Amino acid sequence: MTDPIAQRVAAATPPRLAHRIRGLSDRTIAWLFVAPTIFLLLAVNIFPLIWTIRLSMTNFRTNRPNNEVEFIWFENYQKILTDEDTWTSLQATAHFLIWTILLQVLIGFTLAYLINKKFRGNDLWTTLIVLPMMLSPAVVGNFWTFLYQPQIGLFNYFVQFLTGTDPASFSMIGEVALAPWAIVIVDTWMWTPFVMLICLAGLRSIPSSIYEAAECDRASKWRQFWTITIPMALPFLMLAVLFRGIENFKMFDLVVQLTGGGPGSTTLLTSIDLKREAFEKWRTGYASAYAVILFVTVFGLASIYVKALNKVKDR
Amino acid sequence: MNAKLLFTSASLAIAAGVSSAQAEDLTLCWAAWDPANALVELSKEYEAESGNKMSFEFVPWTEFASRMLNELNSGGKLCDLMIGDSQWIGGAAENGQYVKLNDFFDANGISMDAFIPATVTGYSEWPKGTPNYWSLPAFGDVVGWTYRKDWFARPEIQEAFKAEYGRDLAVPATYAELMDIAKFFQGRDIDGKTVYGASIYTERGSEGITMGAMNTLYGFGFKYDNPDKPYDMEGFVNSDGAIAGLEYYKALYDCCTPPGSSNSYMGEGVDAFKSGQVALQMNFAFTWPGFDTDATVGGDVTGYFANPAGPDGDKFAQLGGQGISVVAASDKQEAALTYIKWFAQPEVQAKWWKLGGFSALRAVVEDPGFVASAPYAQTFLDSMAIVKDFWAEPAYATLLQASQERFHDYVVAGNGTAKEALDGLVADWTETFEEEGKY
Amino acid sequence: MSFSITEPSNRQKWIAGILVIGYAILTLIPLIWIIATGFKTPSDAIAYPPKLLFTPSLEGYVNLFTSRTRLAPEDLAALGDPTTWYDKIVRSYDMVITGPSRYGERFMNSVVIGFGSTFLSVFLGTIAAYAFSRFKVPLKDDLLFFILSTRMMPPIAVAIPIFLMYRELGLSDTRLGMILLYTAVNLSLSVWLLKGFIDEIPVEYEEAALIDGYTRFQAFYKVVLPQAATGIASTAIFCLIFAWNEYAFAALLTSGTAQTAPPFIPTIIGAGGKDWPAVAAGATLFLVPIMVFTILLRKHLLRGITFGAVRK
Repeated sequence: MTDPIAQRVAAATPPRLAHRIRGLSDRTIAWLFVAPTIFLLLAVNIFPLIWTIRLSMTNFRTNRPNNEVEFIWFENYQKILTDEDTWTSLQATAHFLIWTILLQVLIGFTLAYLINKKFRGNDLWTTLIVLPMMLSPAVVGNFWTFLYQPQIGLFNYFVQFLTGTDPASFSMIGEVALAPWAIVIVDTWMWTPFVMLICLAGLRSIPSSIYEAAECDRASKWRQFWTITIPMALPFLMLAVLFRGIENFKMFDLVVQLTGGGPGSTTLLTSIDLKREAFEKWRTGYASAYAVILFVTVFGLASIYVKALNKVKDR
Repeated sequence: MNAKLLFTSASLAIAAGVSSAQAEDLTLCWAAWDPANALVELSKEYEAESGNKMSFEFVPWTEFASRMLNELNSGGKLCDLMIGDSQWIGGAAENGQYVKLNDFFDANGISMDAFIPATVTGYSEWPKGTPNYWSLPAFGDVVGWTYRKDWFARPEIQEAFKAEYGRDLAVPATYAELMDIAKFFQGRDIDGKTVYGASIYTERGSEGITMGAMNTLYGFGFKYDNPDKPYDMEGFVNSDGAIAGLEYYKALYDCCTPPGSSNSYMGEGVDAFKSGQVALQMNFAFTWPGFDTDATVGGDVTGYFANPAGPDGDKFAQLGGQGISVVAASDKQEAALTYIKWFAQPEVQAKWWKLGGFSALRAVVEDPGFVASAPYAQTFLDSMAIVKDFWAEPAYATLLQASQERFHDYVVAGNGTAKEALDGLVADWTETFEEEGKY
Repeated sequence: MSFSITEPSNRQKWIAGILVIGYAILTLIPLIWIIATGFKTPSDAIAYPPKLLFTPSLEGYVNLFTSRTRLAPEDLAALGDPTTWYDKIVRSYDMVITGPSRYGERFMNSVVIGFGSTFLSVFLGTIAAYAFSRFKVPLKDDLLFFILSTRMMPPIAVAIPIFLMYRELGLSDTRLGMILLYTAVNLSLSVWLLKGFIDEIPVEYEEAALIDGYTRFQAFYKVVLPQAATGIASTAIFCLIFAWNEYAFAALLTSGTAQTAPPFIPTIIGAGGKDWPAVAAGATLFLVPIMVFTILLRKHLLRGITFGAVRK
């Protein structure tokens, strides 16, 4: 198992040099390994973020390069937080977030649980189920506008097949009452497999010896499910929720292609609202402040959540 | 100022006859759509003549404004030539992002009188109504209507219509008649399929519902501001006529559009019409050549008409289309100007029309053979004669976002009344103009 | 087959199988519809009610790969009869092919940027995860959370500064710029996932190797990497899925040279309206590489997740 050359060289050199040839110190390696990641993140994420924060305190507008830029401190923040539209779009985001996570966790976990019964061919079906999340969200959103068309699209005919409703009588992305659900359905269709995969990992991580022991104690299957399966899989479930939560809080591509924020402002999620401010109204300073507020919100919620997650993990 | 300086050197070079001393690689930026493909074909002649190579950057409509304005605002050198939307002209002119073309036009004998007047005002002038030109009209476009000529011609349908409305089924002359026709077709069974009245613009994200609703608003008496007092909008934007116009648009949306038309713009309109769902369709003229050659609605199946009149006989149509400009940040302005010079020639413009490009050159559209050259040619001329454009102010994007939200909230989502929507619009627009320092 | 007491009964397997297959079929319908639409003619695609049976056509694919223009009848007549099958399709609409479309370029950009950034983020992620897993890095937990937090930023939030910064650095609308950007976005996921995998590899293996005279590098390269291969493969899949499909940055930051396929596909237009068959064809082809990649690494994906999950 030993490396003869290294050994011979090491034996023939004085200790100091030998140490150097044997390799860099652990500390140096640690920094060498971590530095590129930190550097790249600083350059591509943190530096722009600081820039954004600076812009957020100005009245800068990208489309008026000749105007003098004034430093206005927190005026933008004040405007955003008192603007009713901000709260409307936060509500739309919350609705989207809560329902997508709830549905994806329920369906994803159920699927993982069933797949873990290891029926024949479960590998193949798992791979097939995973396919929707391989698609581009923008392309998916775009294509679902087609599927949701009451006249041309498949979705309404499917509903007709199930319930007998006239396909021309409702429009998923057109009606104020239905549009928020239209985006929830597509996101759930697309991302349930992701939650399922993580849950499957969690379920497979439970050593069968624990169940065997429970079996010996004559614990019922139901009891086993609640006292073994759920607690053991919980950290994984929570991790899935964290990732989906972060992704859906910044949801942009899928929904912008699907509804464009409409009807009215029913599905105007915060990221879409932000894009409007930044790249359509060109209120750069205002949009930057908006971005900072959103970032701080996710950051805050996620830190609390990660603390909870760590607690569950350490249990 | 910077632009002016750059321009002077460019125009001097041209005046000295050094047009394209060496082969350049020019990039033209436009939206990704049918006419853009035609322009690629057309430009092959220019490449052969000038030795310059043309590259094209076509950005999808939904991203067109964001992407291209970002490019202009940040002084990017991606585009040498820009066929930018008509509403950008104010910002591009005031920020010196386009090269002013007056001297170039004078030096090369290009007269703006040679173009349809509405397109000169709409695409080239800033400030509006003054002879300061920032682009050459490149693609004339306007909102109009298509209808199912074949359905209109069926005896049983004609009879049923006459029985119901007491007059012959014909191309509508007023919006009231248009509503009748749309109502008549809504839900009717034709060849075993349920069909609907009309497809209209309702899109929320970019500019759709504004480009649609403005047609009826204009027709019913909407004005952008007080003719005697610019930017004074109270009583003009929310006049009784304007309110009636918006109410009409909502009524049309509610009664006579196919289900699920809540986010419909050019592409959705085309789909609805081509799939045989609707009897009437509002759309920009650029879509018309596509119907003419379509397998299902091509030829005699489709007819075209310009916007009908409002209650007081006012006829107006929303202007679309673009002019071609030279980007001030470009290093190749001189070569770019040779493209415009080439493009302005009558022969090139005539070929442009043949390829499906709506030329704005009077020599082309006033040619005796023009009307007969395509079934929609006359409608295009009629529509072009009654155009009005949205604000072209530097703040147009903010103004547009406000109308998008107000209109969509009222027309599609059904919140509030038309008066509330337009009062709100006056408030939004006033706030924007205050920020712009217009009062 | 093992006969452990925890093995599900056959009846349970049957029920589970039927339910999962039922869900899979349901979830595949939209996907099948996309693929099928790619083989319809434009008028079949927007027919109502939707056509389940149709005569397949390659029009969507022809339109996807070509740009076409309308010609006046006399010019068309002058061209003579179409010679190839794709010319014939196009000619039936009074149009001619003027050249290739940009789909090919966009697709290649996606390949270079997608796989390039995946490689880079997995590489950087692996070494960083190794360091976090094995060494005492000061402020380790804070750094890890910082890395995760970079994924919380909405892309729009940093798009403006990145746009300006890239312009200064000459990275604007370049493949390299997009590779670096996607790598940065993916690093959080990659570091977090890989740290989990590497944590599971017993430290004793490396210690044994070190005692045998391996340097740290060698121990990392020859002992840890092979052990972590499964984890690396599954991390690569997740990174590729993101980089391959990303839309917001691509739409805002790229245009002529470095644009990828996702902002391009939804905007493929035909005569006047949207060319649904061409959009569907583009989406179908775009799915193929990532599907192949996933199927090739499928064993790793499933085993990898299980493996990385074994906790002590």
